[in-house]
Amino acid sequence: MAKLARRDGAVKQTRQLTDYFYDPKVRGILFQVIVVALISWLVYGAVLNTVNNLEAQGIASGFGFLDRTAGFDISQSLIPYENTMTYARAFWVGLLNTLLVAVLGIVFATTVGFMIGAARLSQNWLIAQLATAYVEILRNLPPLLMLFAVYFGVLKTLPSPRESLALPFSSYLNSRGLYVPAVHWEPGFGVVVASLFVAAICVIAYWAWARWRHTQTGRQMPILLPSLGVIVGIPLLAFLLMGMPLSFDPPVQGRFNLTGGIALLPELIALLVGLALYTSAFIAEIVRAGIMGVPTGQREAAAALGLKPGQILWLVVFPQAMRIIIPPLTNQYLNLTKNSSLAVAIGYPDLVSVFAGTVLNQTNQAVEVILITMSVYLVLSLLTSLFMNWFNQRMALVER
Amino acid sequence: MKQLVRVAAALTAGVLFCATPAAAQQSSVLETVKSRGQLFCGVNTGLAGFGAPDDKGNWKGLDVDLCRAISAAIFKDPNKVKFVPLTAKERFTALQSGEIDVLSRNTTWTMSRDTSFGLSFAGINYYDGQGFMVKRSLGVVSAKELSGASICVQAGTTTEKNLADYFRSNKMEYKLVVFEKLPETIAAYNAGRCDSFTTDVSQLYAIRLTLGKADDHVVLPEIISKEPLGPVVRQGDPQWLNIVRWTLNAMLNAEELGVNQSNVDSMLNSDNPSIRRLLGKEDTFGAAIGLDNDWAFQIIKLVGNYGDSFARNVGAQSPLGIARGQNALWKDGGLQYAPPIR
Repeated sequence: MAKLARRDGAVKQTRQLTDYFYDPKVRGILFQVIVVALISWLVYGAVLNTVNNLEAQGIASGFGFLDRTAGFDISQSLIPYENTMTYARAFWVGLLNTLLVAVLGIVFATTVGFMIGAARLSQNWLIAQLATAYVEILRNLPPLLMLFAVYFGVLKTLPSPRESLALPFSSYLNSRGLYVPAVHWEPGFGVVVASLFVAAICVIAYWAWARWRHTQTGRQMPILLPSLGVIVGIPLLAFLLMGMPLSFDPPVQGRFNLTGGIALLPELIALLVGLALYTSAFIAEIVRAGIMGVPTGQREAAAALGLKPGQILWLVVFPQAMRIIIPPLTNQYLNLTKNSSLAVAIGYPDLVSVFAGTVLNQTNQAVEVILITMSVYLVLSLLTSLFMNWFNQRMALVER
Repeated sequence: MKQLVRVAAALTAGVLFCATPAAAQQSSVLETVKSRGQLFCGVNTGLAGFGAPDDKGNWKGLDVDLCRAISAAIFKDPNKVKFVPLTAKERFTALQSGEIDVLSRNTTWTMSRDTSFGLSFAGINYYDGQGFMVKRSLGVVSAKELSGASICVQAGTTTEKNLADYFRSNKMEYKLVVFEKLPETIAAYNAGRCDSFTTDVSQLYAIRLTLGKADDHVVLPEIISKEPLGPVVRQGDPQWLNIVRWTLNAMLNAEELGVNQSNVDSMLNSDNPSIRRLLGKEDTFGAAIGLDNDWAFQIIKLVGNYGDSFARNVGAQSPLGIARGQNALWKDGGLQYAPPIR
């Protein structure tokens, strides 16, 4: 139809307004403009409507509340925080607590997940069955229920602070958490840190040299033991030479609680354990699927070339399995980050608990607070997927 | 093409639909409640004495009775109420968004809530204060001894700030554990996560009864804050505010005048002008708030006066056994003083 019109136009050299309308290109642009305009209007209308309604109901609005004094305390903070600081500061405390749980949770879940996934493929019948039971039980329970079970299970079992379990290195365990001595750097510790850097550079140089030698001569150098020796040995030597520049502040029994030292709250431990166990069950299945997705012929070919079983796993199976594993793994990382908001149920001061909980209630600026909180989770998730996509591209099959 | 037009039309309609409510004139709450045939009342999710369902699912409590009284004043029936259980965190949003008509959920009247939340407090039905409960085995007898203690608290209450203020002004340290819901807070206290649990004293007494052996727990004598609890409505409907306010005042005035649930029928023949005005035999106070003239009679007949409600829910006749104390009438040395119906 449009084509016809254009041909006619070419002949007659006159184009009417309707001809433009039937030109697919013009029409495409026109409708896109209309849709964008409509959506903008919709968003504008929603914002205006909200602002008007809040004003009409006499509810305070705007983001000015962030600069006001918070006036409440938070049980765990990675940055200095006191109740005389602002709501904005409380926001950062909550955000950092969320990030702490997300990052640690991802590390634990991945470690456990890979081990369980490999265990499910074990030749050993008992190990394979135990791993199967682990996966089937943990991934079929609601995460909130698991958090409650872990949290209150932990609380009920642990002794009261007056009967703390004494652990090595003057650490204590009780229903208020795990108390470890706080470590303070004395002057001279900088030398130890510097020596660690030097050791790391030496090890990396050694790796490069060993690889170069391997490709040149085909002979392999021992990697693991010399590297470990250097990276532990050199800083240890520096540490001893500087006269052990560390001091410890062990926890001491007070009237109600242990004071001094560093306390790992039971809420943090329960949340980490709960989230890591739950997510690791899914990761285990993803890992198993990834490994099984590598054709048997690949292993057989590698074995025929004379590679050892360890080399087959690391050089042939895993690189190919990773391509299958990474995309669904990203989903699990996102899930874990979002599930960390369940923290509010067991009293861990994450972003939802501190900001979308206490701050929202004291300021009552629900629209602003929820908007900020949602944006934070959106940004966190987008950053995670961005990183994982980049990682995926690096691992992807290089086609020539 | 046709489809695109349809989509565009739908979007346009959507925008128009979204944009209009701001301009639309809202009908009064009383009209809405009457046409709905039911009052939506926000109450506690479960706090014995104030708002909790009994074993048959009937809601009971001092705050619940206020909802029933409003229902009695409007419908001459105390049961035309839908109780909406709300957590401390949810309550104000539920009221602002119109999910409920009145919030009667042991809510503290503070200036910030009254001014910047778009809400109005209609009165005070319980004078409370924040206190601490500890396990008797700790041997603590005063809140001043709590330095270094771990303290459990429920999120979304005035309690968190009071706690911070109290410990700061007394130069004491404490460790805080915040939970979203009351059951988890209590469970954590009971499991030994905290040395002390803090909230309004009336709640402490109610909760103490649920903790197995109540005698194992003591409520410390210090009251660290003023917590005047009362019903809340949205701003912008003075008639509705008046109905809620004067329902509470009618219950208080009835107690003061000696009119209670059992004698209200005979009191209709009283010569006392105050009682005649209260029960609608003189003047037209009912009409002034958009109700029938026997509105207060219905409240007292169907729900009772303030003293009836107090005794049955939190006072002598209840398991809580809380003394009237500050909640006694002014003439008995308490703080309850309702403006007269005149």
